[in-house]
Amino acid sequence: MTRFVERHPAWALIVIIVIAVALWLVFAVWPQGVEDAFGRKRVFLNALFNGITLGGLYFLVASGFTLIFGLMRNVNLAHGSLYLFGGYVGYAISAATGSWVLSFIVAFVLTALVGVLLQVLVFRRMEGQDLRQTMVTIGLSIVFADLMLWACGGDFYQIQTPNWLIGPVELPLVTAIKSSGEPVYLRYPLVRLVIFAASVVIGMAMWLALNRTRIGMIIRAGVDDRDILAATGVRIQLVFVVVFALGAGLAGVAGVVGGTFQSLSPGEDIRFLLASLVVVIVGGMGSIPGAALGALIIGLAEQLGSVYIPTYAIVVTFLIMVLVLAIRPRGLLARR
Amino acid sequence: MSLAHDARVPVRPATAVQRSRLRGWPDIDNPAAWAVAAILLIMPLIANGFFLIEIFATTLILGTMALSLMFLAGYGGMVSLMQLTIAGFSAYMVAVFGVSGNANISLGWPWWLAVPMALALATIFGTLGGALAVRTEGIYTIMITLAIGAAFYYFTNQNWAIFNGHTGINTVATPHFWGVNWRADIPFYYIVLAVAALCYFAVDYISRAPFGLALQGVRDNPRRMAALGFNVNAHRVAAYVFASFVAALAGVLQVWNYRQISPGSVSVGACIDILIIAVVGGITRPIGPFIGALIFVLLRTFALDFLVKLGLDGNRFRLLIGLGFLAIVFWSSDGVIGLWQSWRRRQRSGAASSSGRRGRESGQGSSQGSNHG
Repeated sequence: MTRFVERHPAWALIVIIVIAVALWLVFAVWPQGVEDAFGRKRVFLNALFNGITLGGLYFLVASGFTLIFGLMRNVNLAHGSLYLFGGYVGYAISAATGSWVLSFIVAFVLTALVGVLLQVLVFRRMEGQDLRQTMVTIGLSIVFADLMLWACGGDFYQIQTPNWLIGPVELPLVTAIKSSGEPVYLRYPLVRLVIFAASVVIGMAMWLALNRTRIGMIIRAGVDDRDILAATGVRIQLVFVVVFALGAGLAGVAGVVGGTFQSLSPGEDIRFLLASLVVVIVGGMGSIPGAALGALIIGLAEQLGSVYIPTYAIVVTFLIMVLVLAIRPRGLLARR
Repeated sequence: MSLAHDARVPVRPATAVQRSRLRGWPDIDNPAAWAVAAILLIMPLIANGFFLIEIFATTLILGTMALSLMFLAGYGGMVSLMQLTIAGFSAYMVAVFGVSGNANISLGWPWWLAVPMALALATIFGTLGGALAVRTEGIYTIMITLAIGAAFYYFTNQNWAIFNGHTGINTVATPHFWGVNWRADIPFYYIVLAVAALCYFAVDYISRAPFGLALQGVRDNPRRMAALGFNVNAHRVAAYVFASFVAALAGVLQVWNYRQISPGSVSVGACIDILIIAVVGGITRPIGPFIGALIFVLLRTFALDFLVKLGLDGNRFRLLIGLGFLAIVFWSSDGVIGLWQSWRRRQRSGAASSSGRRGRESGQGSSQGSNHG
């Protein structure tokens, strides 16, 4: 941190100013001039929170994707299908048993199982052939998409939010002052906050597991040099299976999350595949912190963009990607 | 890393036989090629309007798009999923600059102005995308081009000022001159055939021209080519320029074919279809994409009837395509062409005839697996 300030004093200053302005926008009561320029503060805060929570969802999807890529060099373009599969499984479980938490567990286990099957039956046979693996994942995503369309039809599904999470919660953020002098606080859906907190916890857990445990050490070593790791006697195939199961399971969990605060339908798989692609391109392939940063940036850009420049929201996302590619082709937090 | 490169180079056969093949037109002594050309030329006598346009013209258009992907992937080692997006962009530009039913959007230029404009803009678009994509390598290219394609799809969906949102632009005018309606079945078929043939021979020629050979060198070993003094990125971007132009031509034909363009025709699924076509046909030879397109179009048109006849659900056409694609990727590294060649080779080795033409097939060994940088 201090080294960054020493090396790039100008950039550090700009970053500090941007953070200060952002904090002021969030916490201060907006004066009339700002309200005229940007519209209501409530709208801004809602878009901001939506962006951050959407970033949490994107992180769940993209972290599995980037984990699998980082270790196995396998661009799993069927990742979106795993997301949708997890969502449908979660819907079926929650509709059958009424338990939201159980749907997470079952979705995780089943998608992880699909991931294990994919790794053992398909990808192990063509190890080291990146392009062929990618082609196979494209084929698989087509097959999965059609099978799911067959099984679930083209309807929209939404997973029932449990009772204890329904309803808004008041946050200690003032959106406006009434004429009587009484402050108005921001009301925000509790379920989104809980889900965001959960994704932060999952992210921290992954970071700790990768940096503080033995299996994490093996995975990091595998990211750096797979062949030497195998030569030291680690059963690399087992590690691959575990990582693939974890990555796929995370996609399944994300599917349940997405099914709760958005909806599930054919086409969502492509949407989330694209989102995780952009997130990992921006953040840096194979890097978990990169996925977190990328997810936050893309989520915010999408939501703020759709509020303030509705026609070109998608272009903002795309421009961010172009900019990152132009400055740092391997992503913001990729190792050089 | 460099060891792996060195170990790989001798595997790639560059025999004297292949060299001589590189110099001449490869198909000029092949009777099958002449037969196919003759059949294509007299097709309007054989096929009626439905087959002529819905099957053969569509095959040639999709084949031309896939040809541009084949050029990039087979000779440049860059699998670009945005070729359909470039074609779609060109199609949109024809509709925007030319005459269409949406008078508030279309500028109403005559076709001979609108088409060159569309081609130029689409080529620039593809070149910019390519310049972005060549900053990364191998597997990253797929992701970035896919992201570009998807971004364009969502953009056309949301933008009403130019692209008219999700309804798209309808009743696009087609050229009428010299007293001929060029969108009538038979003239249109010949236009499509001429463009497809032009692109095919251009790709075939470039693959043997110094630029094409340098590009193949860049594909096989970018480091060594850079050390030899070639500008690796410039060659890659130039390949994108050419491929974008080919895709743009196909896009113009496509919008004339359907007379309308909407975001549905530039969707992510359609982008992937082009990849499927190229891979199923085979990405080592320019004829592959056309074979793949024929298979794809036949499946798309008749799979429903076929599945229903077997007593299955006719809507599972995409499942059939996906499974077929998986099977091809699994068992053949070079699509249908690869399957056919390995079958021929087995026949030959069974007959143990040592004719001089054998080197022709063994020279085709560049599998896609070795395309990663």
